[in-house]
Amino acid sequence: MNKRKSKINYNKWGYRFIMPFIIIYVLFSIIPLLQTLYYSFFEYYYRFGGAQKVGPNFAFFDNYIKVFTEGKFFKYFYNTMSIWVLGFLPQLIVSLLLALWFTSTRLNIRCQRFFKTVIYMPNLVMASAFSLLFLRLFANNGPVTNMLFDSGLLNETFSFIDKAVPTRLLISFMNFLMWFGNTTILLMAGIMGIDQSIIESAQVDGASASQAFRKIVLPLLKPILLFVMITSLVGGIQLFDIPQIFTSGTGGPEAKAMTVMMYISTLLGPSKQYGLAGAVSTVLFLITAIISITFFYFFNRESFKKGGDVR
Amino acid sequence: MKGEKRRMKKVLLMIMVVLLGITVVSCGEDTKVEATEEGKVLNIRVWNTEFKDRFRAYYPGYLETKSNGDDLLDDGTIVKWIEVANDQNGYQNALDVALQNQASAKDDDKVDLFLIEADYAKKYANAQYALDVIEDLKIPEYSLSQQYQYTKDIVTDEDGILRAVSWQATPGLFAYRSDIAEAVLGTSNPDEVQAKLDTWEKFDAVAAQMKAQEYLMLSGFDDAYRTFSNNMSAPWVDANDNVVLDQQILNWIKQTKEYATNGYNHGTKLWDSQWSADQGPTGNVFGFFYSTWGINFTLLGNSLEDADGPKEVGNGLYGKWRVVQGPASYYWGGTWLVGAKGTDNPTLVRDIMLKLTANEKIMKQVTLDVEDYTNNQKAMNALAQDETYGSPFLGGQNHVKLFNQSAGDIDMSNISPYDQGLNEGIQTAFRDYFLGTITFEQAWAAFKESSTTKYPELKFGATPQDPFAA
Amino acid sequence: MNRQARVNLFLQKLMVYTTLVLFAVVVLFLFYTLFVNSSRSHFDIQKGFSLLPSDHLIRNFNKLVANKNINVFNAMKNSLIIALSSAVLTTYVSSLTAYGIHLYRFKGRQFVYMFILAVMMIPSQIANIGLVTILYHLNLVDNFYVIILPGVAAPATFFFIKQYMDSILPFEVIESARMDGSKELQTFHRIALPMIKPALAVQFIFAFVASWNNFFLPSLVIQSPSKRTIPIVISLLKSSSPDTFDLGPIFVFMSLAIFPMLFVYLIFSKQIIKGVTLGSVKG
Repeated sequence: MNKRKSKINYNKWGYRFIMPFIIIYVLFSIIPLLQTLYYSFFEYYYRFGGAQKVGPNFAFFDNYIKVFTEGKFFKYFYNTMSIWVLGFLPQLIVSLLLALWFTSTRLNIRCQRFFKTVIYMPNLVMASAFSLLFLRLFANNGPVTNMLFDSGLLNETFSFIDKAVPTRLLISFMNFLMWFGNTTILLMAGIMGIDQSIIESAQVDGASASQAFRKIVLPLLKPILLFVMITSLVGGIQLFDIPQIFTSGTGGPEAKAMTVMMYISTLLGPSKQYGLAGAVSTVLFLITAIISITFFYFFNRESFKKGGDVR
Repeated sequence: MKGEKRRMKKVLLMIMVVLLGITVVSCGEDTKVEATEEGKVLNIRVWNTEFKDRFRAYYPGYLETKSNGDDLLDDGTIVKWIEVANDQNGYQNALDVALQNQASAKDDDKVDLFLIEADYAKKYANAQYALDVIEDLKIPEYSLSQQYQYTKDIVTDEDGILRAVSWQATPGLFAYRSDIAEAVLGTSNPDEVQAKLDTWEKFDAVAAQMKAQEYLMLSGFDDAYRTFSNNMSAPWVDANDNVVLDQQILNWIKQTKEYATNGYNHGTKLWDSQWSADQGPTGNVFGFFYSTWGINFTLLGNSLEDADGPKEVGNGLYGKWRVVQGPASYYWGGTWLVGAKGTDNPTLVRDIMLKLTANEKIMKQVTLDVEDYTNNQKAMNALAQDETYGSPFLGGQNHVKLFNQSAGDIDMSNISPYDQGLNEGIQTAFRDYFLGTITFEQAWAAFKESSTTKYPELKFGATPQDPFAA
Repeated sequence: MNRQARVNLFLQKLMVYTTLVLFAVVVLFLFYTLFVNSSRSHFDIQKGFSLLPSDHLIRNFNKLVANKNINVFNAMKNSLIIALSSAVLTTYVSSLTAYGIHLYRFKGRQFVYMFILAVMMIPSQIANIGLVTILYHLNLVDNFYVIILPGVAAPATFFFIKQYMDSILPFEVIESARMDGSKELQTFHRIALPMIKPALAVQFIFAFVASWNNFFLPSLVIQSPSKRTIPIVISLLKSSSPDTFDLGPIFVFMSLAIFPMLFVYLIFSKQIIKGVTLGSVKG
């Protein structure tokens, strides 16, 4: 009797511990999001470059219809996803490789601390400083460009900033550099969590290194991989700082580096289109949610089937 | 009878005393009374340091700058500078919010003075945001009589009320390299060079000559834009929100495409590193379209070989640049001071405006010091006629005289509140067209795309015809 | 190991080291350029890059500091205040929350956990935009609180600490503390927190860096010059205003902005690695 009472008592503490997080989140994220959603159903903007308010007039789904028929959203979403995939796939592969190499007792890489420190360093730099540096390096008369011309690797008519594909590649590359250190460390954490004895016994049973990797390591890495994928996806969908500064807000050649966040930020420029921006934000959130849930489901099929519990 | 007369005298005397008293009090305490009625804090909104530097150097009431960046005036008023960079509309966004909160803000937080640029002047120069310069701020018309008319036209609203004032007139010119002129045209004398450049046809012909001798006529695609866009015959957007492609803009597109195809320009963007380098000793570009503020602040710096060396002949291209009117008169930018509606410091605002935009002596000094073309016809005329006045950077040429001649031709009447976004938008959209990556129709579609994102109410008609279509 | 296997191993190691060195070179080159450019003049920087530093460092530094309009040290102070507060609060609140979910089986626990994970999927910048709109209407802008607080509810930090607790914080430890008469919050502070120190160190760094580099929210909120943070100042320095564009001081400033981070990171890197490794070894 006593024990049950004290157990319930203790569990109530759970609420208290999580209160700060919930309160802050509701205040600073949920309420603004709800407001964004609310405005998405209204015609609400400023005409004459911001001088005269129009609305808020209730407009049902007009904004959403506009988002889907105007075609801009899909173009920019495609840009955003292209840049993300271009950067993330290599990032995942490279980070996984690096994590494996660092943790491999067989390879026994020296000076690990040095390498780990170095690959994490780009993460410390502000996106704006990074973009500024790259803009300077890869400008049409920039040092890297000149070097590539002089060495004959590139035709003199090539331009990094005036062509769509190189611009996207550069942005992906910057993103990659900034985050691959982070990802490597996280994946290392995951790999180190795997009991070496399982792998050893599998190898005693005759499994090759790659088999051990595929059948044992990868599955056990699933939670960390899922975490990495989802955080990277959310970050990628929100990509703003780097392309904004690198293309000075223009979206680059043929606007092919214009991301959805850049679009939203322009909508909220002088014309302060709260209505349309609200609709675009909501659609973006829904898409992010759908993709994330899909990832989550695929990675956790078993736990979902069992009506899985939190560990 | 006698009693009444005495009573009347007494009353008269009392009235006179009272009147006298009121006069003494109000006149003697004039400034003091107004000072206590005025706010203690003057909030000025800017996007860079230009006006701040100007204010600190030339406003008579300025005392010192405190360590937190605020300025102290001699009557105890504190001047707070709220600087928000123009990038990504930051400045306007912050300004809009402050203006919207103006009524409910505390006196010390109210926006008192804010700066605006030509490109979005129409948005703010109206009854909603700006005080009437003549009626509200009590600046008499004759005080502003020396200002160039076009600087007043641009900030005069539909009811004919003046809403802002500027310290600069910004006539635009064409700066050229005298050494290249000698080599290709056989002369570097400004009058003779102008004769060869005074129409667009002649300008294009010289471009071909330049190319023949392996020089470039212009650097960037957007260098000549202003010269065309300021001569539009109608605003960008008509009364029904339709976007109108003016013939002048089409001319710019046509010329730039031809130049790009023929190799007469360098494909740079304004302010980028290659564009800046083209103005220095390593460049081979014949000329640049520039306005007054650009000559001293940008061209001079870019022309030097050794940036920290003395600014004199021998250091890079110093002394080799000259200016002429070029094929058309135009203006480039300019900054206006607006007295914010609802300000609690109207008298101080008035004084600042008078001193820094209408005081002949101060304006002349500014020009002498920094070679900016200030908004005072009398002062500028005086300098124009001064035989001894010349700019050493321009090899002794009296550029004020030249600007003076062209200032009268400038027409700023066709601005619209959409200018900033549309000007930038068309330059960005057509860059890929000039580079040959996309077609004219695609560039126009890109322009439409970015413009409707910025200004949702705009309507676009049919795609204009490609100027090169057969 | 037979000869073939040894050769294989050697080739593999060669490939690994080559790749690592390649990455290191790229990264170090970028940083080196950044620092070297701090010592060159604007004109030189525009012309190209060089491997050798020049002699303009003092000059550029003086110019940067002399710039009354952009108070460099003030900005660094502001960034420091905001970043420190953010890091401390975020780490603390996330630990509280992780502890709560980890230890207590209360009604709705599953839901809250899922909720927080779902929160990770919400693009924070969109929430920021909505937040700033509300703040402007309430006239609550231009202060540090509204920059620090929203970031405190960070699902990623929570997740990491929770995972760590799962492996390193068995219930028995808590039970025995309870039996010794320790109150819940006391237990949390005296026992749980010390045990997860490496995880705290890691998340502290991440949160500090994220806050230090954060540009979006502060740029929308801060208006007074005295409250500017470093990213805002950098954007002001680089704005395309023709009259004050000198690259030398800009690079000096960017270098200055990175030093604290590098410094803190190098100090903590040992802890970070320890934290990452320990947290993953299954208990």
